Amino acid sequence: MSTVLDSRSFLRWCWRQLTSMRTALILLLLLGIAAIPGSLFPQRSQNPLQVKQYFVDNPTLANWLDRFSLFNVYSSPWFSAIYLLLFISLIGCVLPRSIGHLKAIGAAPTITPKYLDRMEYFTEIKKFDLDLAEKQLRKMRFRIRRDSNSISAEKGYARESGNLLFHLSLVLILIAVGVGSLFGSKGDAIVNLGDRFINTPTSYDILGFGKYQAEDSLPPFSLTIKEFKAEYDPATNAPLDYTLTVLAANPAGSKENVEIIKVNKPLTFGSTKVFLQANGHSPIVIVKDKSGKVVFDGPTPFLPQDANLSSIGAIKIPDMQPQIGFVSSFLPTADRDPIRGGFSSYPEVLDPRLLISVWKGDLGLNIGVPQSVYRIDTSKMERIGLKALVLNESYDFGEGSITFTGWKPWVNLQIINDPGKGYALVGAILAISGLLISLFTRQRRIWIKQGRKTQIAGLAKNGIPGLEDEIKKLVKELGSE
Amino acid sequence: MSNTSTALLSNDFIYASMALYTLAFFAHAVEVAWSVKTPAKSVKKTKLDFSRTERVGRLASAFMVLGFLLLTAGVIFRGISANRVPWGNMYEFSITGALAFSGAYLFALKKYKVRWLGLPVSLAVLLTLGTAITLLYRPSAPLAPALKSTWLVIHVSAAIISGGVFLLANAIAGAYLILDRYEQKGVRPIWAQKLPSLEALDNLSYRLVALVFPLWTFAVIAGAIWAESAWGRYWGWDPKETWAFITWVAYAAYLHARVTVGWRGRKAAWLCLFAGSTFLFNYIYINVWGTGRHTYSGL
Repeated sequence: MSTVLDSRSFLRWCWRQLTSMRTALILLLLLGIAAIPGSLFPQRSQNPLQVKQYFVDNPTLANWLDRFSLFNVYSSPWFSAIYLLLFISLIGCVLPRSIGHLKAIGAAPTITPKYLDRMEYFTEIKKFDLDLAEKQLRKMRFRIRRDSNSISAEKGYARESGNLLFHLSLVLILIAVGVGSLFGSKGDAIVNLGDRFINTPTSYDILGFGKYQAEDSLPPFSLTIKEFKAEYDPATNAPLDYTLTVLAANPAGSKENVEIIKVNKPLTFGSTKVFLQANGHSPIVIVKDKSGKVVFDGPTPFLPQDANLSSIGAIKIPDMQPQIGFVSSFLPTADRDPIRGGFSSYPEVLDPRLLISVWKGDLGLNIGVPQSVYRIDTSKMERIGLKALVLNESYDFGEGSITFTGWKPWVNLQIINDPGKGYALVGAILAISGLLISLFTRQRRIWIKQGRKTQIAGLAKNGIPGLEDEIKKLVKELGSE
Repeated sequence: MSNTSTALLSNDFIYASMALYTLAFFAHAVEVAWSVKTPAKSVKKTKLDFSRTERVGRLASAFMVLGFLLLTAGVIFRGISANRVPWGNMYEFSITGALAFSGAYLFALKKYKVRWLGLPVSLAVLLTLGTAITLLYRPSAPLAPALKSTWLVIHVSAAIISGGVFLLANAIAGAYLILDRYEQKGVRPIWAQKLPSLEALDNLSYRLVALVFPLWTFAVIAGAIWAESAWGRYWGWDPKETWAFITWVAYAAYLHARVTVGWRGRKAAWLCLFAGSTFLFNYIYINVWGTGRHTYSGL
């Protein structure tokens, strides 16, 4: 034997192993088990901050976990390996079966076996006309192979069709997921009330593109935040409803339409959708330098920390000499207790406070390391003041003054383009149809053979019940005719 | 009627149904314990007569039906009190889950004659309702904005019904394993003589799973469609989604193992139990202690 043949037969052996049902089953179970760690460890794709915290809390452990991709389970090599092998196995199993099934569509049932008494169901009755039986079976929509003294009938081919449809649809869903991650885009933008968002990459706070998606492919719409209404339950403080009203123009500059976006009702531009993801408050301050010149006047979005929208934020004034930063919190409805100190007791703005600590020195904005807009690196700064401002109150911190003049709501728009989504939906609908067809179609065979007596036998796939009744009914019908 | 008084009425119905399930539990217990007068010397040879407890058994079933009706009323009034479907927090999930579970039992009782399951089912329903009304109870309140969607009705009802049937299949698989152990040692104890054969149990749990697996698939897909409109992505490996996926994979493996590979009996029962426990884990652990976006338990 040549080595070529050896390696070829080895490959064939591997392929047979991979496409065997047992392997598929093991891979399926493995896939389930492999999905577990992703629900136990924080994942970068969902909660990058929590992952960072994990690294701070347990640096050694986190490094080891990261080595095994346990913070990116669903895009890890080992997880991908399992589902890719599973799908190869699935395709290797389903494709030949599909071809076989297509060929069988026009084919007649198998020849009536010699010994019918070994079948799951068997009975002998007095002789009757085979033509009548054939007619009756055809009426019951069986496929028939008629021989001189026997009938072989089969029904329920749809079971296999449904089964194959189901598995092929899973492949379609996998392709759709792939399309969605290779093409498409996903981004977030925080926009203050009254501001206009123009859909270009620079307008986003965060924006990611699929590997093969051109970065200039964003649809050219613009949105102006006209009104944002948040309703809360006064008894529980729980949010009841959010309504965002925008003026939408597509392309930007054309006629604007009033559109409403709600939590479950995104705004759609082709395959791009705009979602209302979060909201918060932007306190408005005026900062003046020593000479009284206004160096900053406007809203700054603050990041909510709890359900009552206690928010933290940073107001950075890089244009003052020295640079000034306000590390702040905003309390929409200020309250105090001895343990927590100041906190917010209601998410709406009823009695606002702006708590600031004033820092002077180097904001560190020019060293090229990206910084959080909500925090200030105070390592090269010195604190020069601390104050809780009520509305319209001013505070003089020596280098200048700050006045808390008002607030605005902000909304977080999430803008997602997933071109694979439609295919995934079609795949899901086909999959469930296939599943229903395959699980609720009974596949069974009935044989009738003319001898000294007439023999009737039946066999149902997977022993699904109901065959016996069906044959009894058939016999009865034949008897009565 | 005011919302609060409707909510209180709902609570009364829940308590009343608990009373009925308690009666059902005891009636089932009596049926099991006194089904045969004196232990026969050799169970194998004696033909056992179970007619003695037939009446109490029927009474137990009547209690189960009544309990189910009262529980239905409790769930409906809970919904009316909040002016929405009663699926807004863990308390409401639990009472509806108990309803689905006992409903699945009644369905199986009618179709497959499984009165013997009444004992564990009534106990499980009782424990669920008891936990719900003491530990999980929250006053009736409006829905969180993300839940305001028709998909709430579609997705959650499909998930709860499939859960009820999955857990029933689990109870049967559990019974299979217990009886299997007895039969390995020798013979079933007298109280278990009336129960179906191991093969029948195996078939029954398979049939229930096969029946409801498409519904579970639908629940996951409906959830994905809803997630797309609420959160902007149809699948994000949120812990709840992950565990729903694991449950789906586990049951898919069970069905394949049983149909294609031909696993029967003990192996299949263990796989069925494993799959069912992933569902329970998802329901209890992820709802109460988990993180992610499905945090609607209100705890």
